[in-house]
Amino acid sequence: MTARIEVQREARRGDPVEVRIVIQHPMETGFRYDSLGRPTPRNVIHRFECRYGGVEVFRASMGAGIAANPYLRFFVRAERSGDIECRWVDQENASGYASAQVTVNG
Amino acid sequence: MAPLTERGMRRRSLAALVAMLALPRRVHAQPTTNPAPGVDARTINTSQGALQSILKGAAMRRGRVRLELPSIGENGHSVPMTVRVDSPMSEADYVRRIDLVSEKNPVPLMASFFLGPHMGRAEVESRVRLNGTQRVTALAQLSDGSFWFDAADIVVNESACLDGG
Repeated sequence: MTARIEVQREARRGDPVEVRIVIQHPMETGFRYDSLGRPTPRNVIHRFECRYGGVEVFRASMGAGIAANPYLRFFVRAERSGDIECRWVDQENASGYASAQVTVNG
Repeated sequence: MAPLTERGMRRRSLAALVAMLALPRRVHAQPTTNPAPGVDARTINTSQGALQSILKGAAMRRGRVRLELPSIGENGHSVPMTVRVDSPMSEADYVRRIDLVSEKNPVPLMASFFLGPHMGRAEVESRVRLNGTQRVTALAQLSDGSFWFDAADIVVNESACLDGG
C-alpha cells in the first residue's frame, strides 16, 4: 500500500509536531455492488497506530465512514529526536508502514 | 405424493442431512454485537445506540469539543472533518478518546480515535463519508472519565453509499 507521510523535520522540545498521512486504499464499504450484482466485500483499514520513539501515541479504529484514501492529521509532542512510525492493517490483513524522522532541538 | 423410490429416499435423506447441517448455522447467525448493559438492542444500529454503547449510562455535556464540518458538502464521499478538544494534554489531564457518530450512515460509528498525553494537542483531522444531510456528533472522553460532545449539521448534496460510489 502506497502512503505519504509528512512531518516537519525539526521541532523545539515540547512543541506539538504535526503529522499528516494519506494512505492509498479504497476503504471498500461493503455496500457496493459490481456489474453482476454481487456485493463487494467490506474492506477498510480498521486499525491505524502511530508510535513515536517506540511508544504508542495515537491509535484510530476506522470504519466505512472514513473516505477512500484515508487522510489523517494529528499531533505528537516533540520530546526527543526519533522516528514517528505509522502502521495500519485492513480487513484482508494487508498491512502498511510509513515513518518519518524528527529532530528535536532545545 | 411421489412413490418412495430409492432415488426419492436418497434425496430425502440428503435433504435431512442438509437440514441438520444448516440448523446450527442458523443459531450462530444470531446478532453478535452485544450492546452495553442498559442499551436497547434495537438501537444498536442508530446514532443513539452507538453513543449509548460508548457512554454506558454516563452523561455527556456539550462543550470543550469543537467539530468542524463544512455546512454544505457537495460530495458525501469525502467531507473534510476536524475535531478539537480543549485540553492541556498533560499526564494529569488529557483526552482519552474521540468518537465520530453519524446519524444516517448505515454504520453510525464512523471512527474512534484513541489519544493520549504524548500528543501535545487534541486535534484530529480526516475525511469522512456521509450518507445524506444529517447531524454528526463528536464525543470525547477525557482522562477523568467525563464525556463532552459537539454536533454539526451538514447538508450533503450527493450522498455516499449509493451504487457505483
